[in-house]
Amino acid sequence: MALPSYTSVPERIWHYLFIAICAAVFLFLVFPLLVIIPLSFNAVPFFTFTKEMLAFDLSGYSLRWYEDFFTNPNWQGAVRNSFVIAIFATLLSTFFGTLAALGLSRNHMPYRTLITSLLISPMIVPLIISAAGMFFFYSRLGLLGSHIGVILAHAALGTPFVVITVTATLVGFDNSLICAASSLGATPTQIFCKIIVPLITPGVISGALLAFITSFDEVVVVLFVGSFRQRTIPWQMFSGIREHISPTILAVATLMILISVILLVALELLRRRTERIRGIKES
Amino acid sequence: MSEESYVRFEDVRKSYDGETLVVRSLDIDLPKGEFVTILGPSGSGKTTCLMMLAGFETPTHGKIYLDGQPLNDRPPHKRNIGVVFQNYALFPHMTVAENLAFPLQVRGIGRSETEEKVNKALDMVQLGGFGERMPAQLSGGQQQRVAVARALVFDPKLVLMDEPLGALDKQLREQMQYEIKRIHENLGVTVVYVTHNQSEALMMSDRIAVFNEGIVQQLAPPDVLYEQPNNSFVAQFIGESNQLRGTLNAMENGEAEVMLSDGTLVLATPVNVEGVGQETLLSLRPERVIFNPDTNVTPTHLPAKVIELIYLGDHIRTRMAVAGQDDFIVKIQNDSDHASLSIGDTLTIGWRSQDCRALDAT
Repeated sequence: MALPSYTSVPERIWHYLFIAICAAVFLFLVFPLLVIIPLSFNAVPFFTFTKEMLAFDLSGYSLRWYEDFFTNPNWQGAVRNSFVIAIFATLLSTFFGTLAALGLSRNHMPYRTLITSLLISPMIVPLIISAAGMFFFYSRLGLLGSHIGVILAHAALGTPFVVITVTATLVGFDNSLICAASSLGATPTQIFCKIIVPLITPGVISGALLAFITSFDEVVVVLFVGSFRQRTIPWQMFSGIREHISPTILAVATLMILISVILLVALELLRRRTERIRGIKES
Repeated sequence: MSEESYVRFEDVRKSYDGETLVVRSLDIDLPKGEFVTILGPSGSGKTTCLMMLAGFETPTHGKIYLDGQPLNDRPPHKRNIGVVFQNYALFPHMTVAENLAFPLQVRGIGRSETEEKVNKALDMVQLGGFGERMPAQLSGGQQQRVAVARALVFDPKLVLMDEPLGALDKQLREQMQYEIKRIHENLGVTVVYVTHNQSEALMMSDRIAVFNEGIVQQLAPPDVLYEQPNNSFVAQFIGESNQLRGTLNAMENGEAEVMLSDGTLVLATPVNVEGVGQETLLSLRPERVIFNPDTNVTPTHLPAKVIELIYLGDHIRTRMAVAGQDDFIVKIQNDSDHASLSIGDTLTIGWRSQDCRALDAT
C-alpha cells in the first residue's frame, strides 16, 4: 500500500514506526512459542540450540523426546487423564451452558444480568482463588483426589464459554422462525429439535471447543483438586519442570500448540459456516 | 351464526398492559374464500388482530371462531392457519424444498406425497427447480414466494399475510401483488392480509377493513370505500380528498346545505351528521370537481383561484384557493382538449352533491 503523495515526513516516520511496533508486539507474543518448536527436536537433553542445530546439521535433530513422550507410562497416563477429564468436563459444560443460555435468552427472564454474571464469574475470578475455593469445598464433599472432582471443577471453568457463545448465537435468533414453525403445525418439542437446535449448533460446538481447550490447558485447579492419579498433561509438565527437567516437555508443548491451532481453525471454520447458513455477508 | 361466516371476531379486545386497549372492540364476519385486507396506519392494532387469529397473542376479551370452531383455547400449531411474515421467516438451515416439506413432515405425511405437494407448490409460485437452493441464495422476491408457497402447501383453512411485500421495491411489489391475487383466485383460499399501503389494499382485496384506534372504521369493497367513505378518517386515509370545513345549515331531500367558513353555501350528501348547526367536514375527491359548471344541473358553484400547477404526465395537479382555503386540489386529465390554466386565473368550480360527502368534523 503506497502512501498518498501529500503525506508529510513526520507522518511517514510514524507510519513505519507504527508497523515496527506492531511487528514487535506480534513477535513478543509468538516468539516464546516458536522457539519451543525447533528445540523440541533437540538431539541432546539441553534446552539450548546446539552448534549442529544452528548449522542445520541433521545429526543435531532427533525425535527422541517425542519417542519418550509416546512410550513413557507417566506421560501416557497423563494423556489418558487429560482426555478423559477434558471430554467429560466438556460434555457437562456444554449441556449445562446451553441450557443456561437458552433460559437466559427468554424475553421474560428475571434477574438475567445477575444470573449471567454469576455464571460467567469463573472466567473473571482469578483462577487461584477459584482453585482454593474448590479445594475447601470439595474436601468437605470428599471429592479431592478423584476424577469426578477434577471433572466437575473443569466443567465449572468451561461453562462460561458455552454460555457466552450460545447466547451470542441466540442474540441474532429470529423469533418469527418459532412463530412460523408453530403456525406450520410443529409442536414445541418439534420446534426445539428441528429449528432451535440446528440453528444454535455452531455456537454450541464453538463453546464446547473452548471448554475443551480450557480443561486441556488448565494446571492450577488440577494441582489443588487432583492428585498424582489425576495428573493431566499440564500437571505432568509442571512437575517435570520442577523435578527432572527433560526436553520431553518441549515435545509435549509442541504437540499441545498443534492441538490448540487445530481447534482454533475448527472454530473459525464453524463461525464462517454459521454466517453462510444465515446468509450474513462477509463485511 | 350465519352460514356465510367463516372467520368471526366476536367483541374481541386486546390490551398488553391491562390499561390501554390496542384493539378496542372488534366484530367482523368474513365469508369463506374472500380476500380481506386489514388496512390501517401503524400502531392501529391491525397486526395484533392477525397475531390473535394466528394464536401468537391471546385476546383479553371476546371470542374468535374459524369455520364454526372457537379458536381461543387452541394453540397455534393446531389451528391449521398458514402465516406469511413480513421478514419471510424462512428456516435458514433448510433448503427451499425442506422449508416447504416442513409443515407436511410434522403432519406425518408420507415421503412421496410430500415431494409431490412440494413440487406443485414450487411450480405455483414459479420457482420450479429452486428446491435445492438455500434461502440465503435467493433474492427478496424469491424468498417471499417461498414463504407464500410454504404457507399454502399444507392446505390450510386460512392464510394470514402480515405486510408480506413491505420489504420489496416498488416494481417487485406490484408484480407480487398480481401473483398473490392470482394464486388466491386459483386456490379459492380465504386470505386475511394486513398492510398499511392503501393502493395495495385497493388492488388486491375483495373487501377492506379500515382500522384505526383499535376499531374497524369501515368494512367494504374497495370501490365503496373509495367512493362512499363512512367517516372522515376513511375519507382521508383512502386516496386523496379535499377537506372543507363548514357548519350544517339545513337538511332537505337527503341533501345537506353547508355553510363554509367564508359564508359560501354548498350542497353535499349527509353521511354521519345529524343536527343543523353541527360542525362538518366536507370530503370531495379531486377528480370529481367540475370546471365552469352548468348552474342548472349543479347548483353548487363557487369561485376558485389557481395557485400552483404541477405537471404529472397523465394529469395536471392544480392547487387552488377555494372558500378561504388554499389547499384545494383538482386533477385535470391531460386530454387533448383539457382546460389550459395559468397561475392567478380565477374560474368557477362546482360539484354534484352526491360526490361531496358531509362527514363528522373530528
